[in-house]
Amino acid sequence: MNASCLNIANLSAVLPNGARVLRSVSLSVQPGEVRALVGESGAGKTMIGKAVLGVLPPSVRIVEGDMLLEGEDLGRLQPKARRTLIGARTALIPQDPLTALNPSRRIGPQMTDRLVRILGWSGQGADARIRQLLDEVQIRDPDRVLKCYPHELSGGMRQRVLIAAAFAAEPRLIVADEPTTALDVTVQKQILRLIAQLQREHGTAILFVTHDLGVVAKISQKVSVLYAGKVVEEAETAALFAAPQHPYTRALMAATPRYTDPFASLKPVDDAVLAGLAAEIAAADQAWRRPHG
Amino acid sequence: MLLQRFLIRLLTMAITLFGVAVVVFVVIRVAPGDPIAMMLPPGATDTDIARLRALYGLDKTIVEQFFIWLSGVVRGDFGTSISLRQDVLGLVFNRLPATLELAIVALLMALAIGGTTAILGARERGTAVEAGIDIASGAALSIPDFLWGLVLILLFGVLVPIFDISGRVSPQLDLPFVTQFYLFESIARLRFDLTKDLLGHMLMPAVALALPLAAIISQLLKQSLKEVLDLDYVVLARVKGFSETQVILREALKNAALPTLTLVGVQFTFLIGGTVIVERLFSYEGLGNMAIDAVINRDLPLIQGIVLVFALLFVLINLTVDMMYALLNPRLRHG
Ligand SMILES: Nc1ncnc2c1ncn2[C@@H]1O[C@H](COP(=O)(O)OP(=O)(O)OP(=O)(O)O)[C@@H](O)[C@H]1O
Ligand SMILES: [Mg+2]
Repeated sequence: MNASCLNIANLSAVLPNGARVLRSVSLSVQPGEVRALVGESGAGKTMIGKAVLGVLPPSVRIVEGDMLLEGEDLGRLQPKARRTLIGARTALIPQDPLTALNPSRRIGPQMTDRLVRILGWSGQGADARIRQLLDEVQIRDPDRVLKCYPHELSGGMRQRVLIAAAFAAEPRLIVADEPTTALDVTVQKQILRLIAQLQREHGTAILFVTHDLGVVAKISQKVSVLYAGKVVEEAETAALFAAPQHPYTRALMAATPRYTDPFASLKPVDDAVLAGLAAEIAAADQAWRRPHG
Repeated sequence: MLLQRFLIRLLTMAITLFGVAVVVFVVIRVAPGDPIAMMLPPGATDTDIARLRALYGLDKTIVEQFFIWLSGVVRGDFGTSISLRQDVLGLVFNRLPATLELAIVALLMALAIGGTTAILGARERGTAVEAGIDIASGAALSIPDFLWGLVLILLFGVLVPIFDISGRVSPQLDLPFVTQFYLFESIARLRFDLTKDLLGHMLMPAVALALPLAAIISQLLKQSLKEVLDLDYVVLARVKGFSETQVILREALKNAALPTLTLVGVQFTFLIGGTVIVERLFSYEGLGNMAIDAVINRDLPLIQGIVLVFALLFVLINLTVDMMYALLNPRLRHG
């Protein structure tokens, strides 16, 4: 029996115009492991996360592939069963804490509703659990925070709240979609450290979406590099940094900003590398179209 | 902040009412048609006419008349109806409850129909169900309330006569009511036999008034729901395991309803305006029906009284909507 927490095999998704946004993506996340998913904007990182969580936009259609969550084939489940399974075993730490909380509901019920209404906890039990998690994310005045509306909290506080809520039900898998991108630089580091710490303590597997190789190095054990919806390289994080195989990965590393040289990020990816990638994608699409066309 | 908002609204209200009073007062005096001539039999002498004009104060200038009337109004005296020879305020308050009940029932219907179809359409977005709802609301919206009234009279009064299409209540019934709010009082007294009769009479005019508003609510609320349903916090709720219906009701509805609420306020005033003709169509004994009689008879004090009460109703509705908006929106509430 395959013990993967998440196993995605050959996942392809298309837009209404027939363009593929995900090109036969395969990746797995082992229990308790952090798998980084790195790639530039528009590569399809968020799509993969949404596909796993069953919240793809209606215009995006999965045409091929399997997704197994702890051995359960998500594609084979009835919608309701899939929803409940995803609700019980996964959680999402979203990119933008400003838009991920309902502006007209207080923080408290937004944090406890999954526990109470989906997982059947008692109100008291859920409240105690949430307070414990708020303590773990170093929120020292839970009484005030739980009564607040989202707009009364700073971005960093809101992301702490969302992290606490994500870990509260002890999910097996968390999808973290660029959880620090929308935050101030100083807050980014704190939040990243917090996620890493909770991940270690709770032993939760994380699919960590980012476009920042610096973050990849800090948090993940494995990494998949995505370009135009295709996984171009996959490796142990340490191995990837020691010896990147794919020219695109090498180009990404060259483009990663160093703290000493803020303009390094402006270095464009080499034309030759891009041409090679385009050819690779075209070949993959051709191979794919033959049986599917 | 809320108090300041409230006080500003109060001031605007007073100015609006004064403006309405001035305009109506002048317009109905400048418009053709002489109330006195209509009261007297043909062949009345000029001295008779002059005596009657003086009796009703119509011999003075418009400005003088206005201030005499206004000083009465601030003391709660709206004058005497020329055609009915009764106190205007008493007449108005006697009829207002019937109109209010009709308008409120129509509003509730519009909210129920519009709300349900909006939620259903948003849940089934992109499907044939949504397309059907769009077509239905488009049709409901393109026909005004009084035409709906005629259609309903033809359908259910003439073709398949299953509903009462005339009056407010069956005349043979014994009414135990002490207020003019028959419907509400019948419910309070648990006299559901009377409630049924009243609702039966109210159903057709209320539907006629409700349909266009229901269509507007449906379209606008569905649109805002669909926008909200793409937002991050809604996606997060789906990941938590909530069904689409739960997501709409728990996460989306309140935020999507805010823009609709303002519009419902404005549209509700239009609905009340619509009662004038619809009440006439269904011979429903409300304020609107009386307003038409007042205009036909050039009953100046009565017209003024009715218009002022309608205007007061409109500004009160707008005030309520404004306050509700502030209360529902936590960002405004906390300043
Ligand atoms: N709702 C949608 N309908 C159709 N296409 C979409 C939709 N959302 C995104 N796309 C397209 O799908 C592709 C992948 O988008 P995705 O959001 O997954 O990228 P990403 O890697 O997360 O990028 P970013 O770093 O900017 O978040 C992009 O080409 C994008 O234009
Ligand atoms: Mg993204």
